[in-house]
Amino acid sequence: METLIETKDVSFYYNFGEENQSDEILHGVSLSIPKGQFIAVLGHNGSGKSTLAKHFNAIYLPSGGTVYVDGLDTLEEDKLFEIRRRIGMVFQNPDNQLVATVVEEDVAFALENLGVPPDEIRRRVDEALQTVRMSDYAKHAPHQLSGGQKQRVAIAGVLAMAPSCIVFDEPTAMLDPQGRREVMDTILDLSRQQGTTIVMITHYMDEAALADRVVVMDDGRILLDGVPRKVFADVELMKSVGLDVPQVTDLSFRLRQKGIPLPADVLTPEEFADALVAYLEGAPDQGGTQETGDA
Amino acid sequence: MSVVKVESLSHVYGKGTPFEKTAVDGVDLEIQQGEFVGVIGHTGSGKSTLIQHLNGLLKPTQGRVLINGKDIWAKGADIRRTRFEVGLVFQYPEYQLFEETVYKDIAFGPRNMGLREEEIRDAVADAVRFVGLKAKHMERSPFELSGGQKRRVAIAGVIAMRPQVLILDEPTAGLDPKGRDMILEQIKRYHEQTGSTVLLVSHSMEDIARYTTKLLVMNHGRIFAYDEPQNVFARADELIALGLDVPQVTHVFSLLRQRGYEIASKPPLTVEEASEEILRYLMRRKGNGTC
Repeated sequence: METLIETKDVSFYYNFGEENQSDEILHGVSLSIPKGQFIAVLGHNGSGKSTLAKHFNAIYLPSGGTVYVDGLDTLEEDKLFEIRRRIGMVFQNPDNQLVATVVEEDVAFALENLGVPPDEIRRRVDEALQTVRMSDYAKHAPHQLSGGQKQRVAIAGVLAMAPSCIVFDEPTAMLDPQGRREVMDTILDLSRQQGTTIVMITHYMDEAALADRVVVMDDGRILLDGVPRKVFADVELMKSVGLDVPQVTDLSFRLRQKGIPLPADVLTPEEFADALVAYLEGAPDQGGTQETGDA
Repeated sequence: MSVVKVESLSHVYGKGTPFEKTAVDGVDLEIQQGEFVGVIGHTGSGKSTLIQHLNGLLKPTQGRVLINGKDIWAKGADIRRTRFEVGLVFQYPEYQLFEETVYKDIAFGPRNMGLREEEIRDAVADAVRFVGLKAKHMERSPFELSGGQKRRVAIAGVIAMRPQVLILDEPTAGLDPKGRDMILEQIKRYHEQTGSTVLLVSHSMEDIARYTTKLLVMNHGRIFAYDEPQNVFARADELIALGLDVPQVTHVFSLLRQRGYEIASKPPLTVEEASEEILRYLMRRKGNGTC
């Protein structure tokens, strides 16, 4: 598959001037993200995941190594505009990202700055609001919206610029459960319907379980990289780096330790229920120790 | 006696303006000393408005708030005293740090209470112990610390006043799983060792389920439920309709029930409980020799 973002041996430290540098935050990170992939990045605070993500649209430039976005080297200053056009970002706090007093004006903000013709702006704003299912709120004031709605407006503002990829930095951290569901549904829609490449940083393991691929960062390096089913199956390793796994994966892990032969790679409540029912119906009164589903 | 009592409390923002909004609508609530109360509700359900009444940051439009049986807004009542008795930790409290050193920041509350210098020192030392900060941090600027450490300094600043009621508004928002567990364990220890009453506002149903003894569910400015967590989470469908949720393991047990397997009479709230219930169920089944 075609690569959209590629980092090659990227290291990073803050440079505050001569002889005043921070410790190295990234130590030689190489990562390749194909077009259309939905990738979740996990790691404890300070693991370097946000720092890495900020390299994807040249907010940060590598201290060593290179970052290519759609083949463009982020170190080349004249490519900056093209790079930022391709990679949009959505942050944690929706209140910090909305600038206008009317929803549709907020979504149009970047397009106006880019000098896009008014007809084209109208079309793109309507489309973006429709994609995040906020068309009914086009004339509302952002402060009247719920957290989930505000965050969807922020997403629409990025979508209107038609990026190839959106980087989400903990997009649900400040939202209530309903808001979290809304934003995750929107992200899944973008990934599945629109084919947008998604990079999502999160501390919620059940959200990461929905991605195509999970990358776990620890101490400025990539510790694990694989499909969620594989990554979360290593419950002990995940906990040892200050992370977690979805509750059902943990539950399955604990029961396996007691000799109940459930799969190690359970990701959702439905899968767990299926697996337990299959066990109850298949092996009525014996507790085997055989491992299953370790594919 | 109940430590917190709220009687027909209503709060209206922007009364008499076009933006008038009733945020809390006739709420009656009694919280017993020593409870660990989880407060949940969607954004705009009135939970933040309600808790800001408990230490007198907001004045009721109607109704009364009683702390230890005394109306905090009665004539001659000392509202300053109420703020020492009921400590409130806001969302993202680290934005409120302001002093030159960690020690001075934590000492700010006790100093305002009029404590003597050695009492202040003891109060700070206790608070620092609860939140797991080290002596070496005391003389540093709070702004040099990591996000998680800053948040613990801010919480220590409230704990140092030894409030009888400690209220925390989303203390774990934005923290990683380890930082989250650490802060919640520290709050739990404070609750156990001091016998104080704790109110924890959170959007994480998993955290709420693990730590609380009572659950307050707010919806449209009213109380939807005030009950034990197991009883509340048993009403999964209603909670989801309110924009809330239940912990994943609780959801698993209702899926199993739908498929004809009644694993336990009450839904589990944590992974540990779920694991024990399933093992117990398997033992019972084995004992009966049925399938």
